[in-house]
Amino acid sequence: MESDLHAISTRFRAVAPACDYWTLRVVATREERLAVRQGVPEPVARSRALGAMVTVEVDGGIGYGATSDLSGSGLRRAAGEAVAWARLAARLPLPGAEQLTRLATSGDYASPVEDPWDGVSAADKLAWLAATAPRLRAGEQIVDWFAALYHRDQQVLLADGAGHATLQHFSWVAPTLRAVASDGMLTESRTVGGANAVRQGGLEQLASLGFPDRADAVGEEALALLAAPPCPSGSTDLLLMPSQMVLQIHESIGHPLELDRILGDERNYAGTSFVTPEMFGSYRYGSELLNVTFDPTLPEQAVSYAWDDAGTPAERAHLIRDGLLERPLGGALSQLRSGLPGTANSRACDWNRPPIDRMANLNVEPGATPFAELVGGIERGVLMDTNRSWSIDDSRNKFQFGCEFGRVIRDGELGEVVRDCNYRGISAGFWRNLAAVGDAETFHVAGVLNCGKGEPNQAVFVGHASPACVFRDVDVFSEA
Amino acid sequence: MITRDAFDTLADALLAEAQGGEVLLLGYYAEDTDFARLNRARLRQAGHVAQRELHVELIDGARHASADIQLQDDAQADLAQARAELASLRELLPQLPEDPYLAYAAEVRPSESVADGELGTREAWLDAIAASADDLDLVGLLARGVQAHGFANSLGQRNWHAAASFNFDWSLHAAGGRAVKSRYAGSRWNPEQLTARVAAARRRLDALARPTQTPATGHHRAFLAPAALGELLDLLGWGGFGLKSLRTGQSPLQRLADGRDALHPAVKLREARAGSPAPGFSEAGYLLPAEVSLVEGGRFGSALAGPRSAREFGVDVNARMEAPEALEMDGGDLAEADVLATLGDGLYLSDLWYCNYSDRNACRITGMSRYACFAVAGGELAGPLAPMRFDASIYDLLGDGLQALTRERERLADASTYERRSTATQQLPGILVDGFPLTL
Repeated sequence: MESDLHAISTRFRAVAPACDYWTLRVVATREERLAVRQGVPEPVARSRALGAMVTVEVDGGIGYGATSDLSGSGLRRAAGEAVAWARLAARLPLPGAEQLTRLATSGDYASPVEDPWDGVSAADKLAWLAATAPRLRAGEQIVDWFAALYHRDQQVLLADGAGHATLQHFSWVAPTLRAVASDGMLTESRTVGGANAVRQGGLEQLASLGFPDRADAVGEEALALLAAPPCPSGSTDLLLMPSQMVLQIHESIGHPLELDRILGDERNYAGTSFVTPEMFGSYRYGSELLNVTFDPTLPEQAVSYAWDDAGTPAERAHLIRDGLLERPLGGALSQLRSGLPGTANSRACDWNRPPIDRMANLNVEPGATPFAELVGGIERGVLMDTNRSWSIDDSRNKFQFGCEFGRVIRDGELGEVVRDCNYRGISAGFWRNLAAVGDAETFHVAGVLNCGKGEPNQAVFVGHASPACVFRDVDVFSEA
Repeated sequence: MITRDAFDTLADALLAEAQGGEVLLLGYYAEDTDFARLNRARLRQAGHVAQRELHVELIDGARHASADIQLQDDAQADLAQARAELASLRELLPQLPEDPYLAYAAEVRPSESVADGELGTREAWLDAIAASADDLDLVGLLARGVQAHGFANSLGQRNWHAAASFNFDWSLHAAGGRAVKSRYAGSRWNPEQLTARVAAARRRLDALARPTQTPATGHHRAFLAPAALGELLDLLGWGGFGLKSLRTGQSPLQRLADGRDALHPAVKLREARAGSPAPGFSEAGYLLPAEVSLVEGGRFGSALAGPRSAREFGVDVNARMEAPEALEMDGGDLAEADVLATLGDGLYLSDLWYCNYSDRNACRITGMSRYACFAVAGGELAGPLAPMRFDASIYDLLGDGLQALTRERERLADASTYERRSTATQQLPGILVDGFPLTL
């Protein structure tokens, strides 16, 4: 597979179409999945992808052509498709969306990697998994156990006809440790990593994601859940650990603040938003303890980058400060359409999908309360850890989440383990009941591997970091 | 342009490179698709995607590994790239342990299925949309083009499945969050059908102008239209019928499969692959059965078994993935025209949204109402529903709570386009249920 993306860009310049403006985005991706289930290595699966998207602006219309044929003739055909669609778009334009974002800078970015994925052979990594997986089997009632490692390497080149070019080289790792316990009537599972833990970097990141040290605890906690009573029901205090805060931030802050949803683009698929343009600058989203940032600067976080896929330089910005809503998650085109400020979050999942407004790194900033005081401040409540179920309405208001693992809290002390933990609420009221925010010691950097959105559909990585947080008067339950 | 020759030429050359006792499996996917995304009946984002993918699996004894690569549609360049990947797999294989669950089709069973279509031009589509919906707030995605799936192995088997199709998935929106969902999918474009569907959706949007109803939480009689039922069954496919999920106690249908619980005797579900747009062969070369009974008379039928778990648990392969791709449910006696009168007072749920398990052991699912859902009083539409959350067990909805199934069924083409256009379909009736629980 061709590895010099600049050479592809040079090849395209020779066949670039006559148009008002063009960009070329070339994406090269390499992935590997290794797993051991019940002592048996799963088949090693590798993939390599390389393709390009040509986007053009013609007479106020924008069109794209994407292809895996990167020969001169293939790129010329893709450009022809882009021009044809741009001309049709000019006939039926969405007002305000006719301007292709102009690149203004050039440069390079690379993930910081200490221990490269390729520095350890597949055989050695499989041996590591084979040695780890048995630790998940804490007893006879563990009926399925699974340890896995995933790696993605991706280079993204974005260039334009004016000579600008940015080249970004990303490396991600994501581990999974999972144990399933069953007594034949009831089945409970415990997971570390999985769909909610991905980091930028190399193998050095695995330890902070719990791999492999959490393996014993995963198996033991699965057995504990099998023997545990159901989560109690009622309105109570809720202590959410970072592994659940990831989903709470994602669904009830991230998605409602996406500007393309507010502009109506997603109403046929991912949905709209209860947030309206008038709310920015004045709406109380949460209690004064709530501070939410768009932060592309944490080097290990999944979606730190120097530019988004529209070429806009990425900078840290507060979306919610002291509980007040300041700005949406909107890329340059959405900012133009709405007249609102935004962020560099125009992102595409691959070469064959166009950029749209996405979350990147979206974090709740740490507060000042140590974990012991979070627990100590709760007279009656439940601690919930690790998302296992998520559902929210299409305007991102009425939600219900489920967690793998819970513990009752009584009189400021952690009590027994409880299973089948669910809670539900309405976004606005929920965040206003944020009563305590954990300090930096409770702050954990994680992410989501499968955020789906867009037409055509796109699944992307998203970074979320959060401390543990306490919410008052939450409706928790096991059975609806 | 997608041609079988391109795949055959590549396969001929690559398969000839199998050495000694090696077995090579090749899977091919190609797609040429126009995507036109609309907001307010105007083009928001539009373009064309041409992608070609090759799956290469190298087997030597009980060792195997695979790689997916993207192709350029250039015979020489593609062969060079595939050779390089094959060499890389050959280097990897000795590092790997033997796989006791390796499974691939050893019997040579070729097949070919080619379905052309009349997809209409881009201009014709946009003209028809503009003519019928220019004054409407129409949002959605048109996907149109050709898809092809191919398989070849070094044992001599070749399979090919190609089809042209379109899927226009869209909704109309009006003030106050009122919205109506509609769909138009097929392989023979007819602008009059599109115009008729837009007109029908426009009439339904007008019906949403009545005051919004917010029913009390608790149990209600409800009619779930085929698309609403489809959302529940789509989730149920996520681990519900898969052999591995069942044998490791993780299926939400475990109680049904173990015989500890049953659904209503009228519930008959099957994977009906014959005539569906999904390819009839798997990546491991198995030809898949035309039909697999999943639920018969309310009792569990067969699990869906992919090659690997079929080998592990000693059953025959009957699925590509362990989830339905062409799910069919039998209808019943209720005429669609009689639905409102039979419902009397309750909820008419046209679409559900964002379903997920709230308790897998009890097969309990939570989700939201969406689009044109109505409160019904005295057999008449009383007004649109505010977005309402439900939390219900399939054992109730398709068990004691099931009162009737419609005679008419609707064919729903999955509009999903993650990585590639989906070929999954559902053919479902609507259902009338008692005790549909609203929770928020």
